[in-house]
Amino acid sequence: MRETFIDTTTAILDEDPRTALVVADISAASFTAARRRHPDRVFNVGIREQLMAGMGGGLALTGMRPYLHSYAPFLIDRAYEQIKLDLGHQETGAVLVSIGASYDAAAEGYTHQSPGDVALLDTLDGWTVHVPGHRDEVAALLWAAARHDDRVYVRLSTQENGHAYPDAAGLRVLRRGGPLVVAVGPMLDPVLEATAGMDVTVAYTNTPRPLDTDGLRALVEGAVVVVEPYLAGTSAYLVGQALNGLPHRALHLGVGRAEIRRYGDWRDHAREHGLDPAGLRRSISGFLLEI
Amino acid sequence: MHMKLLSRVTADVKHTPSAHSTLDVLWVLYDRVLRITPKTVDAPDRDRLLLSKGHGPAAYYAVLAAKGFIPEEWLDDMGGWDSPLGHHPDRTLIPGVEIGTGSLGHGLGLAVGTALGLRAQGFLDTRTFVLLGDAELDEGSNHEAIAYAAAIRLPITAIVIDNRSATHGWPGGIPVRFPNWEVSVVNGRDHDEIERALRVVSDRPHLVVASV
Repeated sequence: MRETFIDTTTAILDEDPRTALVVADISAASFTAARRRHPDRVFNVGIREQLMAGMGGGLALTGMRPYLHSYAPFLIDRAYEQIKLDLGHQETGAVLVSIGASYDAAAEGYTHQSPGDVALLDTLDGWTVHVPGHRDEVAALLWAAARHDDRVYVRLSTQENGHAYPDAAGLRVLRRGGPLVVAVGPMLDPVLEATAGMDVTVAYTNTPRPLDTDGLRALVEGAVVVVEPYLAGTSAYLVGQALNGLPHRALHLGVGRAEIRRYGDWRDHAREHGLDPAGLRRSISGFLLEI
Repeated sequence: MHMKLLSRVTADVKHTPSAHSTLDVLWVLYDRVLRITPKTVDAPDRDRLLLSKGHGPAAYYAVLAAKGFIPEEWLDDMGGWDSPLGHHPDRTLIPGVEIGTGSLGHGLGLAVGTALGLRAQGFLDTRTFVLLGDAELDEGSNHEAIAYAAAIRLPITAIVIDNRSATHGWPGGIPVRFPNWEVSVVNGRDHDEIERALRVVSDRPHLVVASV
């Protein structure tokens, strides 16, 4: 997904003189050619994420369309107040593109992990959040974001599904059956494997914000399971709102709050958080048996 | 004129140092330097003044009223429910205000982005000014912008109003915190001195310390 981001953003910069890119050393070498071609619109500020976000706000105030990029914890967690004030409070927008996700950087430790990024943006107004589940979903999202001035977050990950579903902004039903299981982004394949042989409906989305609440309301009959690749329960308030007045039970699966002080790779952390197929199967079947 | 308006904002009881300290610099900016009028507040090539130091905006509001950007009547109800004028300025509510501030340490980064955005669009004669306080320099975010602007020789003008209000001071002076910037230190009450410094156009960032 990172390579797709680099290739696509380079093409967008070539095609649209309104677009700009700001990076903070992360991935800077990959944009060397773009910086040489567009020195007035491609910037590497060094290890200065607060400045990166502030510059995004300033560029947008003049009518440019800035793309900002770093590891999720540096892009979102560290520069949260700049995102809140230099973008939202100024009524400007930007396209924030992160790598690293919740625990792609498993061996780097908790400093390089951001399970809370989507929850942080949920404290703010007007953010569209894309969590692509496959590299072939990334380019269209980035191109679409160049055509307006709204606030967009694209959360890239090394974990991805076997198939791309580029038309999954809303809930896309992949398996019809009983209770609804919603899989966000790279959680689709683990969910499909976990629910093999179970009588469930599986729906996929790569755009959890705005959440497809109409689709959710249409698909839920009694029980819903939401599986997200970031902090567990991040979408619980939206699901609750969407299903207001409909009797239902809900299970929200995702990354736990407790810091896992172990390394390994993302598969180890997925297992530890119960987000591997076996863990998901335990949680989902247990929940459905209670009905 | 503007002193009377300032009194109107502060109702003669809240003449705080932060409200007064910026008055002369702001007046010189709007009266003599900035290419901006109430008719050109949305012109893409207008000069930009970003008030980073959003605290004590009474002088800012008084100058905006004196220059016709906002009605003088607005000054009578600062902070009121029906007033567009808060204790910190909001760009979406006040004509002529470029950025909403209050939390310190945001203006310099926004100014760097603004100047780069203007340059990318070919507005090479448009100038970008940002006004800070000496206590505001405590915020680390400023130092990210100070170093980067110097590294890319970005011709912005940062004005630091120095009323020695930083809790731990700036031993050695403020200019040494701006390495590789061009520096002017002026009497922040002397309009001609302020104007001369603000008119300097350089091929690198310019710091104007206005001591008051």
